[in-house]
Amino acid sequence: MPRQKLMRKIDKLPTFKGFKPMGKIDDMAPVVMNLEEYESIRLSDYANLSQVEASIVMGVSRPTYTRIYDIARKKIAQAFVEGRTVVFEGGKVYFDSDWYHCNSCDCYFDHLRKELLVEKCALCGSSNIEQFVDTKKEEDSFEVVCEMRVRSRTAGCRRGNTFNNI
Amino acid sequence: MRVAITSTGNSLESKVDNRFGRCSYFVFYDTESESVEFLPNANRESVEGAGPASVQTVASRDVRKVVSGEFGAKVKAIFDQLQIQLIMVPDSNHTVAQIIEMLKNNN
Repeated sequence: MPRQKLMRKIDKLPTFKGFKPMGKIDDMAPVVMNLEEYESIRLSDYANLSQVEASIVMGVSRPTYTRIYDIARKKIAQAFVEGRTVVFEGGKVYFDSDWYHCNSCDCYFDHLRKELLVEKCALCGSSNIEQFVDTKKEEDSFEVVCEMRVRSRTAGCRRGNTFNNI
Repeated sequence: MRVAITSTGNSLESKVDNRFGRCSYFVFYDTESESVEFLPNANRESVEGAGPASVQTVASRDVRKVVSGEFGAKVKAIFDQLQIQLIMVPDSNHTVAQIIEMLKNNN
């Protein structure tokens, strides 16, 4: 049995499901773009990171990242040239979310939609909240500057199964 | 919006279960209709994989938030992938009714 793939960390999900070519009858099979491939395009071409930086952000090795990026470009080229629909779907990914602590009800909650600001506690609705920082994790983390934000590499070697069928 | 709460018993006066995968009951609370449903956890006695199996139970009911004492490492990644928010209330003596009351006031 081949070795299992590492889980790839995704920072931002696409806000839509895919692309459709204009003025063409949609009769061809769509190009399925995995979320990690979308993320590699976002990091390399949109955020202008180097492949080394991007691989650290995604929590995979540099050669693996290059392979993901290569597949992503080939898929985009195929969709462009053949006029196929592009669908963002699947992939062996996990999402990193920040944890917050509510001082009023003493609960911890995570925040999934990063584009929105955390204003109130998810449980009691109080605005007396603060970001929760795991001090132990922070010490041995390796930091990369990306999009004017500092992200920590804390989950470099995560392994797991794909959960596409849930 | 539906919220799942882990519970140690099948009444509103039961305490929140500290474990997620091996909790005794799941409580499904609907914030719109304010309906409450209790579901015994079938994975309670499993040797392995109780967490992911419980995630499947919870996710199949279209839940947007999950309240429990703690979550395992496997579970966290799947919930992130499914875009379900996790709320931890560690070592609390909150009853299910208290949690529901908090959620009610929140909305």
